[in-house]
Amino acid sequence: MKTVIEVNGKVHELDVPPDEILLDTLRALGYKGVKRGCETGTCGTCAVLLDGVPHYSCMLLTAAMDGHKVTTIEGLGTPSNPHPIVQAMAEEGGVQCGYCTPGIVLSAKALLDENPHPTEAEVREALDGHLCRCTGYVKKVKAVLKAADMMHRQGGQQ
Amino acid sequence: MSERQFKVVGHSEVKVDALALASGQPLFTDDVDIPGMLHAKILWSPHAHARIVRIDASEARALPGVVCVLTHEDVPRVMKTTAGQGWPEPSPYDTPMLDSKVRYVGDRVAAVAAETRKIAEEAIKLIKVEYEVLPAVFDIRTADAPGTAVIHDEPDAKAVIPVPYWPERNTAAYVDMRIGDLDAGFADSDVVVEQEVETQYGQHCPLEPHVTICRIDEYGRLVIRTSTQVPFHVRRIVAQACGIPVRQVRVIKPRIGGGFGAKQEVLEDIVAMLCLRTGRPVKLEYTRSEEFVSTRTRHPSVSRVKLGFKRDGTLKALYLRVRTNTGAYGSHALTVVCNAGAKTLPLYRCENIGFDGDSVYTNLPVAGAYRGYGGTQGAFALEVAMDEAARTLGKDPVELRRALHIREGEGSAVFRALGEGQEGVEQKIGSCGLSRCLDLGAEAIGWKDRDSRRGSGRYRRGFGMCALMQGSSIPEIDMGSASIKMNDDGSFNLLMGATDLGTGSDTVLAQIAAEALGTTLDRIIVYSSDTDLTPFDVGAYASSTTYLSGEAVRRTALKVRDQIIVVAARLLNCQKEEVELPGNGTAAGRGKTVSYEDIARHALYAHDQFQIGAIASAISHASPPPFAAHFAEVEVDTFTGKVRVVKYVAAVDCGTAINPKLAEGQIEGAVANGIGYALLEEMVFNDRGLCLNPSFRHYRIMGPMDMPEMVTILVPTYEPTGPYGAKSVSEICINGPLPCISNAIRDAVGVRLTRSPFTAERVWQALQGRPA
Repeated sequence: MKTVIEVNGKVHELDVPPDEILLDTLRALGYKGVKRGCETGTCGTCAVLLDGVPHYSCMLLTAAMDGHKVTTIEGLGTPSNPHPIVQAMAEEGGVQCGYCTPGIVLSAKALLDENPHPTEAEVREALDGHLCRCTGYVKKVKAVLKAADMMHRQGGQQ
Repeated sequence: MSERQFKVVGHSEVKVDALALASGQPLFTDDVDIPGMLHAKILWSPHAHARIVRIDASEARALPGVVCVLTHEDVPRVMKTTAGQGWPEPSPYDTPMLDSKVRYVGDRVAAVAAETRKIAEEAIKLIKVEYEVLPAVFDIRTADAPGTAVIHDEPDAKAVIPVPYWPERNTAAYVDMRIGDLDAGFADSDVVVEQEVETQYGQHCPLEPHVTICRIDEYGRLVIRTSTQVPFHVRRIVAQACGIPVRQVRVIKPRIGGGFGAKQEVLEDIVAMLCLRTGRPVKLEYTRSEEFVSTRTRHPSVSRVKLGFKRDGTLKALYLRVRTNTGAYGSHALTVVCNAGAKTLPLYRCENIGFDGDSVYTNLPVAGAYRGYGGTQGAFALEVAMDEAARTLGKDPVELRRALHIREGEGSAVFRALGEGQEGVEQKIGSCGLSRCLDLGAEAIGWKDRDSRRGSGRYRRGFGMCALMQGSSIPEIDMGSASIKMNDDGSFNLLMGATDLGTGSDTVLAQIAAEALGTTLDRIIVYSSDTDLTPFDVGAYASSTTYLSGEAVRRTALKVRDQIIVVAARLLNCQKEEVELPGNGTAAGRGKTVSYEDIARHALYAHDQFQIGAIASAISHASPPPFAAHFAEVEVDTFTGKVRVVKYVAAVDCGTAINPKLAEGQIEGAVANGIGYALLEEMVFNDRGLCLNPSFRHYRIMGPMDMPEMVTILVPTYEPTGPYGAKSVSEICINGPLPCISNAIRDAVGVRLTRSPFTAERVWQALQGRPA
């Protein structure tokens, strides 16, 4: 099925089978930061932002995404020019195996876009729906709070 | 306490791969696109125990897009173990690649390689199998009873080291140990406490399921890119299973999305065979439900502990009996049950100690290595019994443990008597911060005034604690090695077999290298685990990486340091003894300074040229235990039985924390996993052995909203045998939550939960006075 989606600002004109999930489409397009962890909408490793809102990409049919804007982790920066949330994750020890991290960073971004000064409870709520088996979430939550601070200070300087 | 000052060690450096991982760089096994790659799927057994009478794959083979189908009729029968352990393995050789018999729901029946995943899935359905269904064995307590169906009745199942192995009794492993006179010890006791506990099937749940891509390279060699903790064992065992020389196999470990022991299991043989048969790249990726059922699990267990005390709290006799369920195959059967004793019994001073352990086969999913590795099961038994003993003796559980725990300079006969599948190695404790862990942990939880905080009415609060030990590597068995070479600009390549599976070991080991080399972390380029390029390491298990691979890295770096000093002396016109390396990538002597870049360029280009570089190995003659004291505050809803952990404190002596933030991360992750296992996680089976909940929707693990307030306290000691004083930290803390939370529930509502997980239903039943 003919489908046009915008991924990280780049337009992709696709012809996909009707049952193809967005997770598979994105990985085939080279967005490998989108991970396969369960394919049943439970772990959050495949999370992307769909028009700015976190979604499990394994639960979306690509053909139904026509005209939508998708943000993957690759859209947030690079290791040499990292997003503040990515930077904070690294500095705070929020990254262990790193398999869940891209999805969690995207959900954190969606939170901070809406609520630049979240409480710890609000961060935990925003990350609910993501599983991490390595960290116990302690340093991940700290990292998001730190990123909020960093972004506030950067915003303040501008 | 350590008085030593380090430049790089002991600092919370940013994990070397953190930015790349968090930015979503394509670092994992499946993040490469290989043209012409086939997709593999496996047909799993629908029966718990059955013989394959007839198998017909002709329709599957005829399906367009199917390239290869393998059944037991198509592959060589090589008996082996999937336990990725050192050679010869202490686990029985009871697992061929494919067999004419299936032993659990989820066992391998056949494998397909096809052009797409969809075609492979279609082909699987077209394989016709006629089964003769056999009586199945599910009960851990009666699996070895006379007259029970024999799960491994094949004549070629065998143990390859001299250990008890009685498959005719469904017994995969047996061990016993006696120290002193147990009967006399109990006879001499004023108070005897007995306790039985039982643990459940649990799964590791790495967020990245097992995934492997095999291809034949341009020279005809088999290249295996795989999510493994044991690349060198994968190389050996795949070669064994496929009947090809080790030199024909290269194993590459990219970034790994967690393992926790599950990826110590060598399951790559089947996809390797599909690749060898087709000559094409083949990928096998487990689905989440396959990950639950058909990879590996934690050994469920039934344990009985008996403690004999004098009134004053002296421990006169200590007996532990552990039976584990190894499931359909004996992977890690012997060593896990040995560790249930070896990682618990030395903790308390006692002259009369007995341990009996065995592991039985059942027609349920295969157990294997899982963080904690028997220590989890053993600590649950011992530490709830210690809690009951403290109550009976009228002593504070903290003080009872403080009086009894092993001290620096002391040994334990258990170290010698109980190893991993063989006798152990005698050792004296070189560092022990447990008393301090008890102090700091008690303070953080508010232990002293806990009586005033219990509450009354519907919600009751309770406080529990436990003490723990683990080990650091398997002494005189495990080996790690590293090589280091110096580059033009004064940087270093650190190549090692040590396997970072997300733990941060690349960073920790690079810090050790930088410290020894006298340079900064940014000058160390780490590359780990490629069997063609890096020297041997047994892999990431047995809490060995920081302690043992770290020591190998330190020794390698010291050899390189000596060479740096020789060249520096030449450039500085001084004696070697006059050269100082201040730690910033320079060498100084006679008032002058040269940079490592100058030194490297001189060595590579100027005069008497040579490559500054070295390789070194390490084995250990001890397995120094890290120690920990855990404390939990729980709230029990007496109407529903629901338990909420309010606060959890882990005070841990891991020697020198090479990277404190990463060490804390290991502790926090282990505790989270342990709390999940204590409260939520359980694989549930129906009466035919089918797992009913192989998904995160029905097998819940801790999410961000479920976590209690966590307090992590590092208690520094200096382990004389470890690199810069380090011991292990990765496993110990997963063993705490089971006893700690059981003890806290006992404190809150007066009932003893002995069967995990402590679900609301079990707690409520216990509150009604029914067996938990």
